[in-house]
Amino acid sequence: MIKEIITKYETVIPEQVKVWEKVAHVNDFPLNGGLAFYYKGLQVAVFNFTRRNEWYATQNLCPHKKQMILSRGMIGSNGEEPKVACPFHKKTFSLKNGKSLNDGVCDLATYPVKIEANEVFIGFNE
Amino acid sequence: MKIVVVGNGMVGYKFCEKIRQKASAEKVEVIVYGDEIIPAYDRVHLSEYFENQKVDGLLMATKEWYQTQDITLKTGELVTSINTEEKSIKTHKGNVESYDALVLATGSAALVPKIKGVEKKGVFVYRKIEDLDQIIQFGKGIKRAAVLGGGLLGLEAAKALMDMNLETQVIEFADKLMPRQLDQIGSDLLKHKIESLKIEVLLGKNTQTIQGNGKLSKLEFSDGTELETEMLVISCGIIPRDELAENAGITKGPRGGYQVNEKMETNIEGIYAIGEAASYNQMTYGLVAPGYEMAEVAIDQIIGRKELLFKGADMSTKLKLIGVEVGSFGDALGSTENCLPISIIDQNLGIYKKINLSADGKKLLGGILVGDTGDYNILHQFALNGITLPPNPEDLILSSKEEKSTLNGVAALPSSSQICSCENISKGAIEEAIKSNNLENLAQVKSCTKAGTGCGACTPMVGDILSETLQSMGKVVRKILCEHFDYTRQELFDLVKVSGITSYDEFLSEYGKGDGCEICKPAVASILSSVYNDLIIKQDTIQDTNDRFLANIQKGGSYSVVPRIPGGEITPEKLIVIGEVAKDYHLYTKITGGQRIDLFGARIEDLPDIWERLINAGFESGHAYGKSLRTVKSCVGSTWCRYGLHDSVSFAIEVEDRYKGLRSPHKLKGGVSGCRRECAEAQSKDFGIIATEIGWNLYVGGNGGANPVHAQLLAGDIDSETLIKYLDRFLMFYIKTAEPLNRTSVWLSKMEGGIEYLKSVIVEDSLKIGEQLEQEMQQLLEVYQCEWKAVVNDPELRKKFTHFSNRLVGDPALKFNEMRGQKVPANWG
Ligand code: SRM
Ligand SMILES: Cc1cc2nc3c(=O)[nH]c(=O)nc-3n(C[C@H](O)[C@H](O)[C@H](O)COP(=O)(O)OP(=O)(O)OC[C@H]3O[C@@H](n4cnc5c(N)ncnc54)[C@H](O)[C@@H]3O)c2cc1C
Ligand code: SF4
Ligand code: FES
Repeated sequence: MIKEIITKYETVIPEQVKVWEKVAHVNDFPLNGGLAFYYKGLQVAVFNFTRRNEWYATQNLCPHKKQMILSRGMIGSNGEEPKVACPFHKKTFSLKNGKSLNDGVCDLATYPVKIEANEVFIGFNE
Repeated sequence: MKIVVVGNGMVGYKFCEKIRQKASAEKVEVIVYGDEIIPAYDRVHLSEYFENQKVDGLLMATKEWYQTQDITLKTGELVTSINTEEKSIKTHKGNVESYDALVLATGSAALVPKIKGVEKKGVFVYRKIEDLDQIIQFGKGIKRAAVLGGGLLGLEAAKALMDMNLETQVIEFADKLMPRQLDQIGSDLLKHKIESLKIEVLLGKNTQTIQGNGKLSKLEFSDGTELETEMLVISCGIIPRDELAENAGITKGPRGGYQVNEKMETNIEGIYAIGEAASYNQMTYGLVAPGYEMAEVAIDQIIGRKELLFKGADMSTKLKLIGVEVGSFGDALGSTENCLPISIIDQNLGIYKKINLSADGKKLLGGILVGDTGDYNILHQFALNGITLPPNPEDLILSSKEEKSTLNGVAALPSSSQICSCENISKGAIEEAIKSNNLENLAQVKSCTKAGTGCGACTPMVGDILSETLQSMGKVVRKILCEHFDYTRQELFDLVKVSGITSYDEFLSEYGKGDGCEICKPAVASILSSVYNDLIIKQDTIQDTNDRFLANIQKGGSYSVVPRIPGGEITPEKLIVIGEVAKDYHLYTKITGGQRIDLFGARIEDLPDIWERLINAGFESGHAYGKSLRTVKSCVGSTWCRYGLHDSVSFAIEVEDRYKGLRSPHKLKGGVSGCRRECAEAQSKDFGIIATEIGWNLYVGGNGGANPVHAQLLAGDIDSETLIKYLDRFLMFYIKTAEPLNRTSVWLSKMEGGIEYLKSVIVEDSLKIGEQLEQEMQQLLEVYQCEWKAVVNDPELRKKFTHFSNRLVGDPALKFNEMRGQKVPANWG
């Protein structure tokens, strides 16, 4: 089962977006934290990086021990790079491009986020 | 003297760098020809070019560097012939250059097998920046790509293609991936992992024709099967570039390359060959480390020092970039006669480790690691240096990397052992550099010694050597928190107090830099609550996950609920409530090692309701999730026990109630025993209290867990009031001065003067801070509130306990099985 789920997560770049799904109001999000979002069998972690006034979205599944948990991760920065640390074993990933910042862990798929009239939208390609 | 270097690749560059360390421009003139347009770049990290197409980051050195070194660099100029009589070379532009010594560092080209149709559009190799430019360009218009060759480079290329969002296949002629490095089991596991990255692996496929009308459209294999694809990247090995041999009369090795001896001399006087272009002992070394060594040997010969000789090199490798850990070193396949293999396979975690021992079991010959290469450096060192193995060599691969401290490993290595194999740097050389240049951080060590600048695999070891050396020099290693705060925890504690700042964000802006991370956020959070004891959930996102949701997270993402049961005493009515709650919310129940009851497997959105029920029945949070007071364990004591001297249960409850909710650098545990039989195991706690004939003995700094430590006597035969006073001082002193995540035992073991010093501060009040510590404690205790009660009663705080933003239901990924009549997490990873 987990195999099927992993293969469903694929990075969507802004040019590929076909649908913008509304996630929630900006105020529904914790400050400097995330929430999970359910879309067509996928769980996406959406982060409100208040400190940088930036938004990010990645797959919610941590590739390390396959835990559906990244939305509850702590965010921060590594130099200039914004990152999220998995709550389970603190593996870290770039929020910008999903790249793993630890050896031997796979990367995350990322999704475009846009804010319109204080509502948060995630872009999907189907 | 005039040296001409042909080829400006990685090894040619290293030659330039090293020659100038040995000989100045007055003594030796150096002229370099390279046929690529740009100066030498880091081919090892070539795949990084896919990320941003920026050449600058990859350059070994800029053009200006060659100028400052007085080295003449001619790029984009191919050397076409050598005149050995006149000692000169000629380039494709017709330029002629004479030499006293000629160094051939022409590297190699990708080996392209003679397959029908290989000239078609869409077929590429993977060697130079130009190749990558073409691949990137071509890849934009297509959907599918394949890599021919399942070796180290092929897999790296496949990952790059996959990152371009192409549907990718790897085709390998052999029945194994990385056939020269892995055995069947290792290859099977690797295949499995690569496939989980969405790269398909085809083994045992002999490609016969490349079909397509001008442009490749499919591959045909000898077994009659076919593969439709639009691009093919060939990675079948390398072929040395020895085009200059024929006309100059230089002898070639059996598999190509300029044949050299251990001085890197070819058969023609004054002509040397180094790097992948050289053939030593019939071998081509397709790695940078041997090439760098060759460059140093050649320099030694040319400038007349003549000490260094090349004796062959180690071909151990680690796969990089692809997100799968694979390493292979020494005699990986176990081809030495009578060697003894030991291996472990964990199918669940996808880990395979194999080591081959010498027939007498004393030396490590080589090995294979798949899935977890945490042990690679140490094992490789054992093999490389012929270090005698410990009595149970299997331990080397049995424990997981989380459990093993590499520091012990580094200390055990002789100073001659090679740490950085890319740059050939020994442990001794790193220590020497640290000492003589007063280096203080990893970045300095890297730039000064170059250790860790190649593949980077040895960086953790270099870091360990640094801290070990600094310590041996008596230097205080300043334990700054992380890149965001240039302070120790104690300094931050003082800053919080002095500044009066209560929010992390504000504190970071004032005293730190960047945006924080998973190290400084919880550390500062802990300090803030140790100073103010405010509700931690108000700043929930700077807390570790357990503190953030006031519950311990478990496999699968469910949470546990641990109500406080002070001293382990509980009424039947309360037991019934716990039972009912567990039943209603379908929770697994267990008596913990801390004398209370844990309810496991709660869904995040159920936590507030569960706690509401418990709080209504008179329970409070047990802080099982916090770096704070856990339990004060008690024995039954004088009320029931025939040996009991005092009422240990009542005292344990009093102490637990006093310090509940107190936040500290790590968790705190206590115990109270009614006599010296010690049924409460108080001496294994952070503070332990044992009844004596006339009062209590107070022990501190004990620890169970990973490194058990017996608590030490702080004060003997004292009354309850004095004991509480000392305990206030002791705990507050610990909270103010310990490093993050140091239990009291660790804190005490690092304290200069040890328990005697601690006694002088706490009991004799030598620093005159006793009263202040007591007051600070009193302030914290006064503002205590049960944080679960606060959540339950506040609708806004309750909202934080949710998984999805857009659904009221919970996480569908949570799955449970049944075991002995209760549920347990389903292991679906
Ligand atoms: C539930 C329990 C095991 C049990 O079923 O009995 C337990 C469970 C956990 N222990 Fe423990 N420990 C439990 C008693 C102990 C004991 C025994 C004791 O307290 O008498 C010890 C050894 C004594 C000691 O701490 O000195 C113990 C030493 C540890 C350690 C190692 C601490 C150390 O200093 O080496 C950790 C790891 C850590 O804290 O970093 C740990 C960490 C954990 C964590 C919190 C790990 C985590 O973060 O997920 C476990 C949480 C499980 C959960 O989901 O709730 N647990 N743990 C016990 C809960 C006691 C309680 O009522 O609060
Ligand atoms: C993608 C990739 C990943 C790699 N990963 C690793 C790794 O992880 N670890 C590792 O140890 N090794 C790795 N290697 C191998 C490593 O890059 C080579 O071993 C190293 O570059 C060899 O250096 P060299 O100077 O001998 O040859 P090269 O770097 O090939 O340099 C030779 C240069 O000479 C030029 N030249 C040739 N003939 C002439 C001529 N007649 N006139 C003028 N110029 C000429 C060539 O164009 C080239 O620029 C990798 C290689 C690739 C392609
Ligand atoms: S420690 Fe002493 S008093 Fe307590 S139960 Fe054991 S024997 Fe009895
Ligand atoms: S599951 Fe995410 S770090 Fe282990």
